[in-house]
Amino acid sequence: MIQFRRLLILLLATSAAAAAQSDAGRSGVRLALEYDAGSRPGLAILPVRGANGDSVRAMLQRDLDFGDRVDIIGFDEMSLPPVSGTPNYDLFAKLRVSAIVQATVGPDGLHIILHDVRRKKSEQVMMAPLAGMALSRDWRMSVHAASDAVEKWATGVPGIAATRIAFVRDRKIWVVDSDGAFPTVVASEGGVSPAWHPNGRSLAYARLADVGSAIVMRDLLTTAVTQVVGGTRSGTYDAPAFSPDGRYLAYAYGIDGTDLWITDLGAPGSPRRLTIGASVNTSPTFAPGGHQLAFTSGRLSRAEVYIADADGSNAEPLIVGSFGDQSYRANPAWSPDGRLIAFASQIDGKFQLMTSSTNGKNISPVTSESSNEDPAWAPDGRHIVFTSRRGGTQQLWIVDVESSRMRQLTHGTPAKSGAWSPLLAGRK
Amino acid sequence: MRLRSYSHVWLVGVAALVSACRQPPPPPPTPQPEAPPVVQAPPVTQPVVQQPPPPPPPQPTGPTPEEIERAITTMKNTLTAAIYFDYDKSDLRDDARAILDAKVPLLQRFNQVRVRISGHTDDRGSDQYNMSLGQARAFAARRYLELRGVDPSRIDIVSFGEERPSAMGEGEESWSRNRRDEFEIVAGANQIRPTTE
Repeated sequence: MIQFRRLLILLLATSAAAAAQSDAGRSGVRLALEYDAGSRPGLAILPVRGANGDSVRAMLQRDLDFGDRVDIIGFDEMSLPPVSGTPNYDLFAKLRVSAIVQATVGPDGLHIILHDVRRKKSEQVMMAPLAGMALSRDWRMSVHAASDAVEKWATGVPGIAATRIAFVRDRKIWVVDSDGAFPTVVASEGGVSPAWHPNGRSLAYARLADVGSAIVMRDLLTTAVTQVVGGTRSGTYDAPAFSPDGRYLAYAYGIDGTDLWITDLGAPGSPRRLTIGASVNTSPTFAPGGHQLAFTSGRLSRAEVYIADADGSNAEPLIVGSFGDQSYRANPAWSPDGRLIAFASQIDGKFQLMTSSTNGKNISPVTSESSNEDPAWAPDGRHIVFTSRRGGTQQLWIVDVESSRMRQLTHGTPAKSGAWSPLLAGRK
Repeated sequence: MRLRSYSHVWLVGVAALVSACRQPPPPPPTPQPEAPPVVQAPPVTQPVVQQPPPPPPPQPTGPTPEEIERAITTMKNTLTAAIYFDYDKSDLRDDARAILDAKVPLLQRFNQVRVRISGHTDDRGSDQYNMSLGQARAFAARRYLELRGVDPSRIDIVSFGEERPSAMGEGEESWSRNRRDEFEIVAGANQIRPTTE
């Protein structure tokens, strides 16, 4: 990473004139930081040789583009010599390319050579086995995993292409790949509020039944479903959230009000109540260390985000007092790096996403257009999947909180309540 | 003896029709959260059935099967009439109290009837907060009935949050229809008949 930063600064220094021209008028460009606007490293992905090479190349380009940490540099392929052997480093340097990805599909998988343009040499060779049938869901996931490895090499941080997002459509639980491919219903019974187990293999969700709602866990490999809590005639179970170590499950349940509860998944049947009072308490989200949680509470007659210790004690509002015309803050999501809490706030009758630091300061708007709810963080701590009505119907969108770049994840039948999986590389 | 029993049938039917007529037409027109509450009906302090009905005229013959069926339908409609709520609120409005008051004598008379109250919300705001809000709305109705003498163990309360809207679309017109408690008879419906003894 240090090596790369030096390389990047060199690149910027040598192409200072071009940079000054193209970045004129842009703010926030600082040479000391690698990933500020206009200063992301440029990557060129050469045409991929071998079976389905075009698909592999398109996926690599899109995955790295969606990661928002590098700039994919397009180039006129017709003007290049055939891509074999050593690339013409000088030519790519003129295109502001810092790194070249040279991939080949072979019988044993995907071979990738990563070239450092400034140093004019290949830095690393990777071998990524390709799972399953070509273009299948598993095959695509292994290409995504290769994209994430390339991103880690280029930026020091793994990408999030090899992930999936669980969501709710037609009151059922669905899963879609991070690039929008293979939207698949995983549970035919009614369900809401999906949550990923940290192992990436199971989902918890609230089963909505005419009699007896429940929190269930579903193994995505075996499709086995087990009930964690619930099944009573009265009362509603909702909002499951796993502790970061996967040992505990917090959830909301109540009859006269709704309280947060927590159960030890190794010894279910003895849940503990975390909040007390005939009020609304729901949407728990754990701090990455598991020592604290944030949640929504209506204890002061309006929805507000609170933070408490993991046993429910010392509950305090995240943000003290109101500001502007916000009257409603809900659906907290604690970022995986622990720094930020994203939430939805009502402004002018619509809902917008915001982030704040965990002490309630540094409140920063994430969305401003249409109405947006239900934020959930990607494992990289900078992308958020959320529900938005922009475009007419409720769909899932993804925003990069650092660049504010957005993309639509789902299309068609309305979708909501996205939950982002952990990194799934190496898993099915 | 025969005449007396049929006049009783007639009484129950009239009472049910009276209570049905007293139901305000749901939904109320555009109640804004900030606006003063729109009073749909005067607060009813006495169960409707206890209001003095007009004296029954002598009936040489009893009601027809169609009339009995109509009386049953009316009573079921009274028991299952929905109540409506203001935005982000779970406290009962006056129109909701009037609708609940009409259910009380029927629930007391037909003690085998089990009811499920499901709370619902409009689709604005957090899904999970709305799920809890729906539960609070269902509980508010059960608590009101309990305070008027109905055994709460006969009433199941659940929430479906914003998952089962009764009206589609944006705007207060559909939102106000969706902020509701629904009442469903889940057992004992066969008991709901005009009294014959």
